[in-house]
Amino acid sequence: MRDDPLVQLIIVIAPLSLLAIGGASAIYAPLQQQTVDVHQWVSGREFLELFAVARVTPGPGSMLTTLIGWKVAGLLGALVATLALYIPCSVLCFGVARTWNRYRGTKWHTAIQNGLRPIGAGLMIAGGVMLLRIEDSGWLGWAVAFAVTAFMTWRATTHPMLLLAIGAAIFLAVRAVS
Amino acid sequence: MSTPAHPVSLFALYRLCFVVGLFSFGGGLTAWFHREVVQVRGWMTDDEFFSGYSLAQILPGVNSTNMAVYVGQHLRGAIGSTTALIGLLSAPFVIVIAAAAVYHHLVALPGFAAIMGGVAAAAVGMLFRLGMTSARGAHRHIPSLLVLIATFIAIGIMQWPLLPVLLVLAPLSIAASWPRKADAKTTDEKSPPETSGDA
Repeated sequence: MRDDPLVQLIIVIAPLSLLAIGGASAIYAPLQQQTVDVHQWVSGREFLELFAVARVTPGPGSMLTTLIGWKVAGLLGALVATLALYIPCSVLCFGVARTWNRYRGTKWHTAIQNGLRPIGAGLMIAGGVMLLRIEDSGWLGWAVAFAVTAFMTWRATTHPMLLLAIGAAIFLAVRAVS
Repeated sequence: MSTPAHPVSLFALYRLCFVVGLFSFGGGLTAWFHREVVQVRGWMTDDEFFSGYSLAQILPGVNSTNMAVYVGQHLRGAIGSTTALIGLLSAPFVIVIAAAAVYHHLVALPGFAAIMGGVAAAAVGMLFRLGMTSARGAHRHIPSLLVLIATFIAIGIMQWPLLPVLLVLAPLSIAASWPRKADAKTTDEKSPPETSGDA
């Protein structure tokens, strides 16, 4: 049974779910090691291609694991790999969220909530900076990001879809002339 | 407790997560989620949303799915979390496999990379704006402002690993936010009442 590729997928991926501390970028190195070197499900080049696909399509970049499951065992493999990655951390998060909401209004709840809020805000801004760094779009990426920030301060009710479209249009225009 | 008076329908929750998942290029669509859940639908307060965001970041796992699980739990419990998670992942699941199948054609499309880059940059801009919203009030509380700046520098600039940074900053920040007798009242006034959910 341990040789069943679906079981192997679960054994490799499920632990990564709880190792992804600070976001999914923490799992890429161990995932590459397991899938390329140990199990040889994909070549190093394929791994990078799948990584790129997961990045440019909607959804978390960690859907790279979905693609690895797909390579290993088709659609069923994709489904198993996806569930193996998202279920363990979701169950943990569910448990914490339920406990958290149950104690709303207590003194320590207020302290934790107010204490974690500036950390969350700092992480949010740091996350934006890191995304811009990964995208590697240079000054244009920063300019569009700050323009959107300024625009939303001025017109808070603008629909996100419109802002995303404007960002895409600016990139297209600048790339076309340069 | 501040769950909305009439429970949010699972279909509405699924639909919202489906749309946000469908457009979450580059990973930065927390701002859209916040807009729909807090501002447009009034399903949660700012305080509830941002404390959930902190939990979603701090717990291991994928931040965006953790956030969906938190919102789903808040609105409808276990079935809500499941619905939100499936909603968020169902469109990307199909699209990522389809895209991998035609990858070599996709990258050859003119303008494809530019469009993706522009969408991701705009999403980051929305995230910055949400960070400013979340930080509102921090300037009146010096320790909070210091924690915010320290978190940003440690993670965003120094790129230190999250866990040790949290182990140092979180206890300090929580201790500094412990409600003292004098201001316990003001923190109470700020949080609960606006969550009638009738909006």
